[in-house]
Amino acid sequence: MSRTWTLRKQKQAGAQAGGAVTAADRRQLAAGAGAGAGGQNPLEILKRRFHSGELGSVPVALGLVVVWIIFESLNENFLSPRNLSNLSVDIVGPGMISIGVVFVLLLGEIDLSVGSVSGLAAAVFAVLSVNQGMPEAPALVLAVLGGTLIGAVQGFFLAKVGVPAFVVTLAGLLGWNGLMLYILGASGTINIDENGLVAKLTSYYFTNVAAAYGLAALGTAAFFLASYHGVRRRRAAGVPCRPMSEIVLRTGVLAAISLAAAWVLNQFLGLPLALLIFLVMLVGLDYVLRRTPYGRMIFALGGSVEASRRTGLNVSLVRISVFMVSGTMAAIGGLFLASRVTSASQTSGGGNLLMDAIAAAVIGGTSLFGGRGRTWSALLGVLVIQSIASGVALMGIQTAVQFMITGGVLLVAVVIDSLSRRAQRAHGRV
Amino acid sequence: MESGASVRRPPSPPLLALRGVFKRFGAVQALADVELEVRAGQVVALVGDNGAGKSTLIKVIAGVDPADEGAVEWDGRPVQITRPHEAQALGIATVYQDLALCDNLDVVGNLFLGREIHRAGVLDEVEMERLTLDLLDTLAIRMPDVRLPVASLSGGQRQTVAISRSLLGEPRLVLLDEPTAALGIEQTAQVLDLVEQLRERGLGVLLISHNMGDVKAVADWIAVLRLGRNNGFFDVTTTSHEQIISSITGATDNAVTRRASQGWGA
Repeated sequence: MSRTWTLRKQKQAGAQAGGAVTAADRRQLAAGAGAGAGGQNPLEILKRRFHSGELGSVPVALGLVVVWIIFESLNENFLSPRNLSNLSVDIVGPGMISIGVVFVLLLGEIDLSVGSVSGLAAAVFAVLSVNQGMPEAPALVLAVLGGTLIGAVQGFFLAKVGVPAFVVTLAGLLGWNGLMLYILGASGTINIDENGLVAKLTSYYFTNVAAAYGLAALGTAAFFLASYHGVRRRRAAGVPCRPMSEIVLRTGVLAAISLAAAWVLNQFLGLPLALLIFLVMLVGLDYVLRRTPYGRMIFALGGSVEASRRTGLNVSLVRISVFMVSGTMAAIGGLFLASRVTSASQTSGGGNLLMDAIAAAVIGGTSLFGGRGRTWSALLGVLVIQSIASGVALMGIQTAVQFMITGGVLLVAVVIDSLSRRAQRAHGRV
Repeated sequence: MESGASVRRPPSPPLLALRGVFKRFGAVQALADVELEVRAGQVVALVGDNGAGKSTLIKVIAGVDPADEGAVEWDGRPVQITRPHEAQALGIATVYQDLALCDNLDVVGNLFLGREIHRAGVLDEVEMERLTLDLLDTLAIRMPDVRLPVASLSGGQRQTVAISRSLLGEPRLVLLDEPTAALGIEQTAQVLDLVEQLRERGLGVLLISHNMGDVKAVADWIAVLRLGRNNGFFDVTTTSHEQIISSITGATDNAVTRRASQGWGA
């Protein structure tokens, strides 16, 4: 189909403009590759990431260091092996709940019932195992499945009936707490077997020093091999990859942190079983989120419901499943919390547990707006919150101060989240 | 300038042909007796004033809002398109005006959204990235980094991501709803280049646009809709700007329209 001369001219102009764009893009391509190459100038990467709103876990890691330095300077027992070891067990209960919250936040939803569900799971376990005489293992499984079921019910009302998650889970917050009080009955507190399975969850330590060091070495080696394998596959496929120097650097940092942690833990009682389970959960669910089609569905849904729907994604099913994950993790967290105090009582799952679990996810870097976050933010966030709680308790000051500090940290985290979101929007390229 | 001769006696049947399509929303007759043909390797621009029924027609073809009446022919065979996936199965890809991208996912993630490549239940990121780079390369698209969230891309780049995504399913017809709306000059040029790439690959393209400059730059044919009816089908090379504009605004009637109104009167 021939064209008139004017049209050709127009097209040529278009092509020239296109050429200019291409050249500009190439420059950026080079700049991007340079920044991606990393090793040369880490400050550049940080700057680029800051401007494009991809700071990840850098702010919270820095925040944690600051918190630790401050409390250590105020009380020298803060960084003692004993306190740090206790801290590593204390974080597991709220941390497990917070992982579930991360899943829900990734959808851009909220789950206010996690505190009550965790308390209910502890109560269900205690009633079944102590009052009904059921062996601990099936009682534990039933308690966890109860959490899953609750999540499914709440997810159903959100996804199929269309009730906002805030309202459904607010009803859950009240309702499940009521159910817990009801099944606990008149006594109010049920002590669980101090040598039982659930009690062991947080009281068992691998006292052999090889356990902690072995885990640190194994984790580091696995990380390195996975990264190395990734680079080799990417090289073979001819797609850009991280330079080996960056992988070595990352592995080195991970090795230093994990070996230091192992050393500290071995100074006290060794590797806590609870921490091991928590780490396995974190790694496993992180893998699910980032490496499986299911995880990709969650991120897609958190990014744009309409775009997800148009690609044929079953929106209701993903929503319900995510609330099931949240309910399950809440129940597991509740059992760890019950294990810590070897009882289920009327205050189980109460207090500021709910707020801590949500705040931990957000402080750790999971966005409240959906679509951005990692399970590791649960670990980092809960470390910050529990560190503050532990530091304040060590110094013998009121919890009032703890609330104020935690509130301030949460505000900072949300501000960073909002700013990085804005930076990402504003950072249009070309 | 109806060049009916070359259209009505084709060497091969058109890729897509609509015959007498009607669509009504309550009291509003959105489409009335609309005819349209798109051939492989042809860019047809669908133009018309606001409310002329352009988007409605796209939705009919995409299976989002099926027609009340009328026949759809695909490769000369009559077909029914009542659901979006039926259109996709035929080889019709649609890029909507809102692009439907997930801002938080990177370019690779968006391209493969809903059709991720996985091995044993694990996403094969390397393979997806390789295919993405290949596809962008064949389309001569420059992307600063395919691992950047699309939120940080420019409007033109987002548009090219959305169009590239539609090509992954190897469609034969691509529907583009206002691909250059709200884009700058350079970004528009990028998108128009991409549209030409599609034609060179032998795909049929149906393009909605308000911008006559864009239309004249890339389209082979211009189909004008006015108040839900055909108001002309023009060869770009032989039609003046004024003719098209007057056809859009209704200053001139067209043979097709006359025929249609006669059909209605009867």
